[in-house]
Amino acid sequence: MIRFSYSRPGAVGEAVQAVQADAGAKFIAGGTNLVDLMKYDVERPRRLVDVGALPGLDRIEEADGGLRIGALVTNSALAYDARIEQRYPLLARAILSGASPQLRNAATTGGNLLQRTRCYYFYDTGTPCNKREPGTGCPAINGVNRIHAILGTSEHCIATHPSDMCVALAALEATVEVTGPQGERSIAFADFHRLPGEHPEIDTTLAPDEIITAVRLPPQGFATHHTYLKLRDRQSYAFALVSVAAVLEMEGDTIREARLALGGVAHKPWRDPAAEALLRGGPATRERFAEAAALILQAARGYGDNSFKIELARRAIVRALSQAAAGTPQPVADKRIA
Amino acid sequence: MPVNPATPGVAAAPSAGSSPVAHHTITLTVNGTQRRMEVAPWTTLLDLLREQMELTGTKKGCDHGQCGACTVLVNGQRINSCLALAVSKDGAEVVTVEGLAMDGTLHPVQAAFIEQDAFQCGYCTPGQICSAVGLLKEGHARNADEIRELMSGNICRCGAYPNIVAAIEQAMQQAGGSAR
Amino acid sequence: MPNNETHFGAPRSRVDGRLKVTGAAKYAGEFIAPDLAHGYVVSGAIAKGRIAAIDTAEAEKVPGVLRIFTHRNRPTTAWLNRSYRDAVAPPGAPFRPLYDENIVYSGQPVALVVAESFEAARDAAALVRVTYESAPHETNLRNRLAEAYVPPKERAGIDPPPNPRGDAGAAYAAAPAKVESGYHVAPEHHNPMEPHASTVVWEGDGKLIIHDKIQGAQNTHDYVTSVFSLPQKDVRVLSPFVGGAFGSGLRPQYQLFLAVMASLELKRSVRVVLTRDQMFTFGYRPDTIQTLALGANPDGRLQAIRHEAIAGTSPFEDYQEVVVNWSGLAYHCDNVDLKYRLAKIDTYTPLDMRAPGAPLGMFALESGMDELAHALKLDPLELRLRNYAEMDQNTGKQFSSKELRAAYQLGAERFGWARRNPAPRSMREGHELIGWGMATGVWEAGMQQASARATLTADGRLEVATATADIGTGTYTILTQIGADAFGLRMEDVTARIGDSSLPASPIEGGSWTAASAGSAVQAACYAVRETLFRYARRMENSPLANADSDHVLFAEGRIALLNDPSRFVTIADAMRAGGVDRIEQEETTAPDKGALSRFSPYTHAAVFVEVRVDEELGAVRVTRVVDAIAAGRIINPKTARSQIIGGVVFGLGMALTEESMLDHRLGRFMNHNLAEYHVPANADIREIDVLFVEEDENRTNPLGVKGLGEIGIVGTAAAVANAVFHATGKRIRELPITIDKLLD
Repeated sequence: MIRFSYSRPGAVGEAVQAVQADAGAKFIAGGTNLVDLMKYDVERPRRLVDVGALPGLDRIEEADGGLRIGALVTNSALAYDARIEQRYPLLARAILSGASPQLRNAATTGGNLLQRTRCYYFYDTGTPCNKREPGTGCPAINGVNRIHAILGTSEHCIATHPSDMCVALAALEATVEVTGPQGERSIAFADFHRLPGEHPEIDTTLAPDEIITAVRLPPQGFATHHTYLKLRDRQSYAFALVSVAAVLEMEGDTIREARLALGGVAHKPWRDPAAEALLRGGPATRERFAEAAALILQAARGYGDNSFKIELARRAIVRALSQAAAGTPQPVADKRIA
Repeated sequence: MPVNPATPGVAAAPSAGSSPVAHHTITLTVNGTQRRMEVAPWTTLLDLLREQMELTGTKKGCDHGQCGACTVLVNGQRINSCLALAVSKDGAEVVTVEGLAMDGTLHPVQAAFIEQDAFQCGYCTPGQICSAVGLLKEGHARNADEIRELMSGNICRCGAYPNIVAAIEQAMQQAGGSAR
Repeated sequence: MPNNETHFGAPRSRVDGRLKVTGAAKYAGEFIAPDLAHGYVVSGAIAKGRIAAIDTAEAEKVPGVLRIFTHRNRPTTAWLNRSYRDAVAPPGAPFRPLYDENIVYSGQPVALVVAESFEAARDAAALVRVTYESAPHETNLRNRLAEAYVPPKERAGIDPPPNPRGDAGAAYAAAPAKVESGYHVAPEHHNPMEPHASTVVWEGDGKLIIHDKIQGAQNTHDYVTSVFSLPQKDVRVLSPFVGGAFGSGLRPQYQLFLAVMASLELKRSVRVVLTRDQMFTFGYRPDTIQTLALGANPDGRLQAIRHEAIAGTSPFEDYQEVVVNWSGLAYHCDNVDLKYRLAKIDTYTPLDMRAPGAPLGMFALESGMDELAHALKLDPLELRLRNYAEMDQNTGKQFSSKELRAAYQLGAERFGWARRNPAPRSMREGHELIGWGMATGVWEAGMQQASARATLTADGRLEVATATADIGTGTYTILTQIGADAFGLRMEDVTARIGDSSLPASPIEGGSWTAASAGSAVQAACYAVRETLFRYARRMENSPLANADSDHVLFAEGRIALLNDPSRFVTIADAMRAGGVDRIEQEETTAPDKGALSRFSPYTHAAVFVEVRVDEELGAVRVTRVVDAIAAGRIINPKTARSQIIGGVVFGLGMALTEESMLDHRLGRFMNHNLAEYHVPANADIREIDVLFVEEDENRTNPLGVKGLGEIGIVGTAAAVANAVFHATGKRIRELPITIDKLLD
């Protein structure tokens, strides 16, 4: 860890100005990922601008039939909010599938979106990493890559985005509200995280001096047919090898609307519009689910240790869609897979 | 790992001399006693407790939020004190394992841990106990499966898990059925 | 003198429990001293080569930095390799921190930053710049198999494989039924919750008090005095509480060397605590590649066993453990050929980890037995009973005691084994296939020479003291029980003192021998005090015990009373008065009975039964039930004993399902060096673990009749899980851990 200075502005605009004025400055809120990375010397900010106590950003409010979640609402507060539990149960379950109660009590909504990959090499300054130090190479591609991406990779990076919450937000088609020096703007969730491409050091389309103020959930919560299925190397407190958020709107046995997002397989929560289109209007059968899975994984590529994820994802998609269609979502504490 | 880059030239650090070293004055209520303290911005709540306040009951097992040994209650909620900058907790109320017993009488969770032999080496124990106190307060755990899930942020390498669950069930019953 | 047994065998809560639940128990990195300085280790990034340059200029500018030690400016320490060999060092030249510019493994300490505060040291460490020249390395054991060798020098206390008996080759060729396979368990790291730490308190004039994370304070003491050429009396090592170790604290680790070095050089107190990542930069459970072949008659009787293991070791030491010998004594077989070799890879020396060798070898043997049972359409338990070993064929000795049959029977009954449908994939519920598997566990029941002191005072309080450790095992509690019973005292009247190098000599806490060793010594010391006290009591004027001999009195409630007339007694206080003393202090040494050991083999046994549920489509495994029936002689404290077994089982479940230290062979570096990616089981992974202790009369190998419990719980567990997974799925997994990928077709 290197030494840094610290300030706590009183308003969003002030915070944005503080970061804009100093290229070495970073926002901090819950700190559960940033402090972690700073202790590993992966993040080396010269200045921390603490936005954790900014007023007004810790509320969940009704907005246009949906909900507006302040960026500082903690993961726990969000997951256990009665409106979320009832109207967006997918989101509650995804959040509760991630991290630990202690981390969820500290981690914020905005911070969750900005958490960085768990790639072993990214975390280890004794090794090269294009995401940490652009141009040094990606040892994961031919190295230890059990937890790495199979979709949307580039020759420069095969890291994954580790969030569970974001997988649910992707499926729910949330919107991210941000404020920067130029004012406010909204980013569709699908556009928020990016693929590594030539610049794996850049995780999102958020500018360094922009701050997330809220995440908006549209009215449709898919409270009847949903599931978050997470497969991992231990039963709790582990990142996803593969996770699937599936939400459906059913009319009898016919799927009217389908959304699928995958976690643990790409640099961002992975959605495939073609696969969702294939499901729409069709029967809720395992055969149809398998077709959708095949479509999603058509372009998947394994790198050795992680090659199993292709088959695992295929099966997890089918299973998750079956759970969602049957209205039997995966419980969090009961480890039997529904 | 505190290594240096294998490749020369990478990870260029700002020079040490250029880093500002402004200390901040904060007020914390720790185990019921309010204290004003000078802290450096990089001091975590865990290091403040252990190094500056000599409250070593709170343990450092990983220093990265991966084990739960550093769990304390901040404003009633369990968090990993290793990932909290002390400066950001200005004004907070902190309870550590040292603050749970009242006038020499153990907290019911502490007593249950002894009775159920819910620890061996004892190093994860303060974190387990603070976490369990937080869990009871949250009221989301209604059965053994939920206790297991909601205590999974506290790793016990000695493997005392079945006894930890039994201890929490015992404390829950004493508190009157399920905590909810 | 007849012994009181109020506490022995009773489920007592830990005597150190209150200290542990209130946070008052202090561990090595938590002691303070005036002017304490803090050291932070800088770890190397390459696996082999040399340090071309170290630039500490930026780091030295950090306010509060006192000194940065590297190989260039380190003080001189002992010259000879043997000065660095601690009590449990394997043959070879022990690693010397900051010795020279050579890098011999990835993560090697290359500098120690010492500063006024922990944070200053940490922050400066990030600014130390090291330039390396790499040399070719090899960390992949499979690439070194051709160079495998029989260790030229045996490690003390580790038996090499016995000579072959019979003709295993011919018997195997002729056997009507045979199975042969390769087995592998991933390297694992101990990861005790407390990171390794040493606080060296500078007492002035070169005198040190060292708080070290160590499983035996005297091992640290002897290492430090030898390496730094210090007078024995100038160093005292304290380790009253050890936050888990599992073998990682058997040998002094490099943070100790660095802290002592810095303290002597700076003439002030220094603490060095390793980071969690650095817990992956020393010993680990070695990479071991095994092949096992079993030949049997159609009735299941074993005709041939061949078991071979090749284990990785470091370039500088020949670490050895017992991997294959178990196959020569677990079952009766007249044709046995066991081989154990080493191959050098560029990592640190492996290190004893809970039941070193046994869960590896027994994973192969017990998987093989399951494969054989399946091939012969025999019940796996029945196969084991048909091959029950009545004697230790490795040595030709009788077992000192062996109630494994009872363990099989009780365990099977509790588990409901009789209801098992033998066909794989035959039991299911919903999406899950259910599998029931079992395995045998075996571990040595050792005893070492140990000394202890007992001090009884006229107020009826007893202190027992020996240098051993309590790493979570319950040593404090059982020594208290033993002492209390000797005098018929209450637990609260007895204080156990351990974890101090100045106390009577005790072996390191390891090998499951502490109860037998330190426990016997404590009891002997108490008995010696008792005899003295009894002598005083008899010579008291008008003593009611004047004509009694020691077989006819009993110590209870602060008195020595006649057995047949308890109303006639002498109080401890009166007896002391008669002797003209107010305290009696005696030290005794106990050692294993060589005569008995020449005739009997002491082993602990376990029968472990496991239920798994495997999602048929997704391959996710859950262990839903474990029954472990243990034959381990007498149980001093069923409460802490049960915890020991549960802990061993959880360790075994980790080995079976989640734990794996992953090496990047190109970098020669363990990559998942943290607790987020090295998966120690979490609470949600563990469900019912039912522990049974069977009656076993052990009266040959130590006075207490105990066998030790710290390791037996892990031994058969991983094999039982793998066997249960086979029963559930029909898939035989011979490479641990059984992660989800291994159960996808």
